[in-house]
Amino acid sequence: MRKFYTLLSREVSSYFYSPIAYIVLFFFLFVSGADFYFQISFMNQRPVQYSVQEAFFNSVFFWFAFVLIFPLITMRTFAEEFKLGTIEPLMTAPVRDWQVVLAKFFGAMMFYIVLWVPTLIYFAIFQYITHQTAAGSFGAYWGSYLMLLLLGMFYISIGCFASVLTRNQIIAAVISFCAITLHFFSGLITFIVTEVSSTMRQVLGYFSALEQMATLSRGEIDTRPIVLYLSLTILMLGLTYQAFQSRKWKL
Amino acid sequence: MIKVENLTKKYAGQTAIRDLNFEVGQGEIMGFLGPNGAGKTTTMRILASFLPATSGRASIAGFDVFEQSLQARAHLGYMPENVPLYNDMRVNEYLNYRAALKSIPHRRVSERVGDVRELCGLREVENKLIRALSKGFRQRVGLADALLAEPDLLILDEPTIGLDPNQIRQVRELIKNLGRQHTILLSTHILPEVEMTCSRVIIINKGRIEACDTPENLLGRIRTAGGVTLEARVGGDDAPTQLRKIAGVRDVSESEDDGWKNLSLRVESGTDVRAEVFRLARDRNWEVRELTARRATLEDVFVEITHSDEAS
Repeated sequence: MRKFYTLLSREVSSYFYSPIAYIVLFFFLFVSGADFYFQISFMNQRPVQYSVQEAFFNSVFFWFAFVLIFPLITMRTFAEEFKLGTIEPLMTAPVRDWQVVLAKFFGAMMFYIVLWVPTLIYFAIFQYITHQTAAGSFGAYWGSYLMLLLLGMFYISIGCFASVLTRNQIIAAVISFCAITLHFFSGLITFIVTEVSSTMRQVLGYFSALEQMATLSRGEIDTRPIVLYLSLTILMLGLTYQAFQSRKWKL
Repeated sequence: MIKVENLTKKYAGQTAIRDLNFEVGQGEIMGFLGPNGAGKTTTMRILASFLPATSGRASIAGFDVFEQSLQARAHLGYMPENVPLYNDMRVNEYLNYRAALKSIPHRRVSERVGDVRELCGLREVENKLIRALSKGFRQRVGLADALLAEPDLLILDEPTIGLDPNQIRQVRELIKNLGRQHTILLSTHILPEVEMTCSRVIIINKGRIEACDTPENLLGRIRTAGGVTLEARVGGDDAPTQLRKIAGVRDVSESEDDGWKNLSLRVESGTDVRAEVFRLARDRNWEVRELTARRATLEDVFVEITHSDEAS
């Protein structure tokens, strides 16, 4: 366990050694802050049917920033080690492959969580100024942050998998960006193509991050996406592990 | 300590090493020589469990490097070629990180880090970023890392490449001292270094072991064990022809330096022809200003072994 913590703390601190972390943090705070501001000024102009919480987590701004951060967070995880050759001292030390894979995954998760902490302040400020809660209930907070966590896990595992496939960070970023946007926008097909059967619509709905987010940010905690994303994450991490230890395959 | 049996590694259609067999005993310093691309790094990577072998077996301290890789790695200090390091860490930080990875007990970490820092001369750079270190210091950080867990076996892939002569001397001394407690397998291109430090030498060429012996035995084995240099005024004599008549002389080459003939003789191993040459010179009335025997070096062995193969 000590080896895992050592690897994990190295992963987390390596994010903050690199300028990319600060660029991502800045970019993300800027976009989410702008999103929050515009949502509220929009609500100021006319009455709406939804809460600030729902508006914030379902806007175009938000999703735009959301899909972009994962390639940035995960592209370096494995690709950089391959490129610099530091994988050699790492893997010739007595550590197991799965310890390295999990340390990289959880390291990225920690950074991702750090990214979201400041957004809690938005809602606190809102409450302080307006003396009103931003969401309908506490369930809405739980729901939306749970969804962020689940989707984040899945997308980070995709990013780790893309990074383990190549020694080039740009290629890793492009692969994970494509895979993530593809999954993400598959939920939009029902909006674009209206000529789909109701079963098809329903099936796509199960995978639609947008619809799940809409549900959860209202405070309805649905267990289906929880199971879906946990199992997808485990699947992707399994693939990452297999690809990582494929260098030991006797071909 | 190391046992290698029929080790073969093929990369896509190409055989990097073919059927290697050798053993390194406890406390030996084994030199691993060969031209670039001979398979040295591949062999070392297999021993360090970084690459799998295509066939054959290798074990470290009795643990198979593939089946029981974790135990094998626990006995190993490995310094890869070109020493890849995390550039964003400081020297102390890196060594502490590596110490934890190698399961050095908490209470011993600072002691061990302090020891290797002292041993490898890293005190003056301990708080520097690794990115800011010179090649020589990076090399020493790599060596310090390999020594951290006091492993039974050290595998060093070109530990002195890119160092200046003073640093090479320091590293050589260090390795010699380490050889008292550790078994060492080191690869290098610098042959005098091997002669000075290693108790045995493996010469590998095109993935095959060409020779495996002590440096002394290797020197005794090669056909042209050494040579004799004669510098003389020979008048009108055909000196090379006359010298070739002496028993034991294999070949003579000559060059001229303002009136003085410089004759270089290659002789059979184990023969000393200097007395014969002197007698010939005296009989022919040659005016001699130099007559020296040149001892064969490992370089001659290396060139002969790796070249004869190329010619065939």
